[in-house]
Amino acid sequence: MKYITLSHGSGGKLMHDLIKDLFLKNLDNPFLNKMGDSALINFGAKKLSYTTDSFVVKPLFFPGGDIGKLSVCGTVNDLAVSGAMPKYLSCGMIVEDGFSRADLERITISIKNTCKSAGVNIVTGDFKVVEKGAVDGIFINTSGIGEVFNNSEISISRIRPGDKIIISGTIGDHAASILLAREELKFKTGISSDCGPLNNLVSSIICKDIKFMRDPTRGGLATTLNEISLACGYNIAIEEAGIPIKKPVRALCEILGFDPLYMANEGKLIAIVSKDAANNILSRMKRHPLGKDAGIIGEVKKEKDKKVYLRTQSGGSRILDMITGEQLPRIC
Amino acid sequence: MKYIDEFRNLKIAEKLYRLINEEAEGLRRVNFMEVCGTHTMAVERFGIRRMLPENVRLISGPGCPVCVTPKNYIDKAIALTAIDDVVVFSFGDMLKVPGTNSSLLKQNPKGKVRVVYSALDAVEFAEKNRDKKIIFLGIGFETTVPTVAASIKYAKKKKLKNFFVYSGHKVMPPAMRLLAGDKEVNIKGFLCPAHVSAIIGTMPYSIISKKYNIPCVISGFEPLDILQSILMLVRQVKLNIAKVENQYNRVVKASGNIKALSLIDEVFSTHDSEWRGIGVIKKSGLVLSRRYSDFDAEKNIDFPKVETKMDKGCICGSVLKGIKTPPECGLFSKKCTPENPYGACMVSSEGACAAYYRYGAGRK
Amino acid sequence: MCLAIPMKILKIEGDRAVVSSGGVQRSIGINFLKSPKIGDYVIVHAGFAIEKLDTVKAEETLKILEELQ
Repeated sequence: MKYITLSHGSGGKLMHDLIKDLFLKNLDNPFLNKMGDSALINFGAKKLSYTTDSFVVKPLFFPGGDIGKLSVCGTVNDLAVSGAMPKYLSCGMIVEDGFSRADLERITISIKNTCKSAGVNIVTGDFKVVEKGAVDGIFINTSGIGEVFNNSEISISRIRPGDKIIISGTIGDHAASILLAREELKFKTGISSDCGPLNNLVSSIICKDIKFMRDPTRGGLATTLNEISLACGYNIAIEEAGIPIKKPVRALCEILGFDPLYMANEGKLIAIVSKDAANNILSRMKRHPLGKDAGIIGEVKKEKDKKVYLRTQSGGSRILDMITGEQLPRIC
Repeated sequence: MKYIDEFRNLKIAEKLYRLINEEAEGLRRVNFMEVCGTHTMAVERFGIRRMLPENVRLISGPGCPVCVTPKNYIDKAIALTAIDDVVVFSFGDMLKVPGTNSSLLKQNPKGKVRVVYSALDAVEFAEKNRDKKIIFLGIGFETTVPTVAASIKYAKKKKLKNFFVYSGHKVMPPAMRLLAGDKEVNIKGFLCPAHVSAIIGTMPYSIISKKYNIPCVISGFEPLDILQSILMLVRQVKLNIAKVENQYNRVVKASGNIKALSLIDEVFSTHDSEWRGIGVIKKSGLVLSRRYSDFDAEKNIDFPKVETKMDKGCICGSVLKGIKTPPECGLFSKKCTPENPYGACMVSSEGACAAYYRYGAGRK
Repeated sequence: MCLAIPMKILKIEGDRAVVSSGGVQRSIGINFLKSPKIGDYVIVHAGFAIEKLDTVKAEETLKILEELQ
């Protein structure tokens, strides 16, 4: 393949292959090779978590959030699911010549408010302006450092057959709200993005029985489960009936032919936990406002073909593959 | 969701699976063909295929309008985006289909292609943007055609001079008749499309069941509909009868939708049409009627010249006819994947190959 | 080629109606329907109602399915 295409960026198989064949191959080091969302670094007596993420969402403003809020939550959540309390963020902005100052202010205030609710600070930043057309409006990169919780033992190698899989809430909200804001599809819904910081939810549930966590962003729940299955080696089986989804998101998906399992979420996490602790962790999660719709959706199996299986609500079964490219509204 | 969830009931589905397995016992292997992309998707999405007995084989026919659209149509649609004041409007299904050099999706960022949920949205855009030429890609079978016809009629009412439809519309029954008579495909029963039938009624299938002795069951799209319809086909085969049954009678009337049919008649006329992978089928396509020729893109727009190159090794044609299954194609899941599709069967999300790949059936 | 779901009519204005399902609403064309009423369930495809859903027949079908042995 000679050229990088949009499909390389959508979080699916092509992107994974590129990361392996180009980035890991050249930048090879024990931290990066772990392929975690964050890097765990020993710093004297402390253990730190370090991550980075870039934000190019369009449109910039959507129901439930904007690129500013997203840029804080994205990094805060990557740190949180690595078992760390986020503390310090950096923020780099690249802005297009002619960008509205009012919009820039609106985004910055959003960053401020989100930092406040997450309990983090932007401690260093960078700002660049480029010619018209060189970026689309504004691109933001944030990176962050967090302190790993004392009782956190997050490691993909700890996953075992029989472990239960918990999702913290409803799927597809973010992608649905972006879709409605972006295209002229003319539907009226109350759907808004679930974009939000998860660190307080994590701190209320963190314990040694949580073996692994990830937030199902680009590519959705199905893609994230595939990543986990590929990395730990075990099959995963989930039940469609147990997956929480809001009524209007489900209705929109049925109307447009979208599969909610592949739609991005920006305020949800998946936790792989030991079987015996599952119910306890679930009830703790449900006590937190961001986890009230949480549910156990499946378990890790002992078979090792690295596949994710879904039992459908009507008793059939199918394999959930990785996403390839963006979904589009269909008539068929 | 009302009138959807009830038809996905687990207990009833399990009962139907059991009945199909029981009643199909001893039956010689049968091929039932579904001819609607939405059926293909539903079968894969609800994981129905795995639960059917070995001797009941569901094959996917050419019911995916995107899959059967000739490559040349795609190339010409892409070429339209190069015209200065033109904006191409399309249903999402078409965007990723590969033409010879590109796809509509690749023209999307330049603002030259817009996705809509309804053809009427394209007309409303044309109304508000008189300085632009709006060309709508008319793709879809009889379910979609009336909606495009109504939109064209609305454009005529508003006296719009900047709205055009590039018609690639096709109709189902001629293709079904062709397949019914094809000994190689050897269809023993048709699962007839739910919403196409809502428009055309049950009559067009009588000719197929009488002339070719093939049972036809009009089936809804929910799992219980599909399973009940398969059971009905199995029962007909066992009794050696071939008639048309309407499982989806909560929506489909025997006479179809008269208003929709007369609108199709008014705005469109039939012509011979090429089906990708199959060839030309007589009177299987629709073009704008003379009365509405002012809205016909082919009569009013200067299409740039295109050179269409054909696909090598791609057996979409055989897959579309149900003669070969996707895993039997040498390119399937090796060179031809959803990320890197060769033929339309893989690109269109309800093409047989995409459905197979995505839902995991027969992957290497 | 027929992605469409049943949606309930909330409001009618000439040859357009507002329909709803699961909290999602849209304005659609009802040109193809014979005397539609508020409260009717209609099959919505590409911005138009292509047919009415006969709720009596729907219940009958479900009953037959439930009673299958």
